[in-house]
Amino acid sequence: MTPSPGFAAAAGVLIDLALLTLLFIVAIQMLRSRQLFAIVMLSGIYSLLSAAFFVSLDAVDVAFTEAAVGAGISTVLMLAAMLLTVRREKPGTPGRAPVAFIAVLIVGAALVYASIDMPAFGDGASPANAYVGQQYVERTPDEIAMPNIVTAVLASYRGFDTMGETMVIFTAGLAVMLLLGVGSPRGGRAVRDVSRDEASRRRPSA
Amino acid sequence: MRDEHLILRVVMKVLFAPIILFAFYVQFHGDYGPGGGFQAGVIFAVAFILHGLIYGVAATKRAMPQGVLSALMSIGLLLYTGTGALTMLLGRNLLAYDALAPNSTHHAGQHWGILIVEFGVGMTVAATMLTIFYHFSSREPEIRDEDW
Repeated sequence: MTPSPGFAAAAGVLIDLALLTLLFIVAIQMLRSRQLFAIVMLSGIYSLLSAAFFVSLDAVDVAFTEAAVGAGISTVLMLAAMLLTVRREKPGTPGRAPVAFIAVLIVGAALVYASIDMPAFGDGASPANAYVGQQYVERTPDEIAMPNIVTAVLASYRGFDTMGETMVIFTAGLAVMLLLGVGSPRGGRAVRDVSRDEASRRRPSA
Repeated sequence: MRDEHLILRVVMKVLFAPIILFAFYVQFHGDYGPGGGFQAGVIFAVAFILHGLIYGVAATKRAMPQGVLSALMSIGLLLYTGTGALTMLLGRNLLAYDALAPNSTHHAGQHWGILIVEFGVGMTVAATMLTIFYHFSSREPEIRDEDW
């Protein structure tokens, strides 16, 4: 039995609403939490929920990358970075809260105002779908002969872009190697917060 | 650590090969479905990162030494730029893959070019992610049990 189009559309809206609500709840919880471990885990959940939302927008390639990089690697790297620092966030200064709140309100209002001018989802006449995007869709079967247009754009039409991105990743790895040291005797040394805190406590006058 | 987390260690042993296989599937199936070098590289790195989280980074470093990673990082980028240089040497623009098979009627050059370039991307991404993980995590031997 196939569901009727109306039922499918209603289910899609419900799924989108549920995902966006969960994203909102996770974001609020990340703001409220002071435990860095919980925040890192919540950011992983946030990425996974975004990936699910991208799937519901039919952007599977983006969803795939978000799930792999955002929910996978980022979480692990943040955990690894967290091991080098303290476990709890320091309490913020409450005096600055009104200024920050007003700034956030203004930026949020500007974003909402800008979203009014955005084209409707899936609008064929929108700039993203019209000019060069339309050319890619029309030309890929003749020029590249490849079923996945995303790959054709990424690796062939915009191969030079992707080469730059690969160089950026290479440079990032190189920078980490240079900063944290590769194979040097200092590279594997454990950094402990506890001993440092104790050391500073023993010297209160310093 | 050795005798603890028995379930994690068994699950890791079961999952390691399928994760690597999935990485290669994503790598070489990018022409036909979602995926490509970036995602495949990350998935490939994830298999080793999981290994490092459960068995300790020292064991992972024995299986995949940093020297190999440094080489893979550079070879991946060289594969990409080398393909670009090759198409230029063959008399076309940078990364104009049709130069690789000029007489093909179904753009075999594009297929080969994209396959090689994506493989280079995958190598660089996987090696870089693992390098960053090694360098961050080798400063502390493992996640302590009270942090779970």
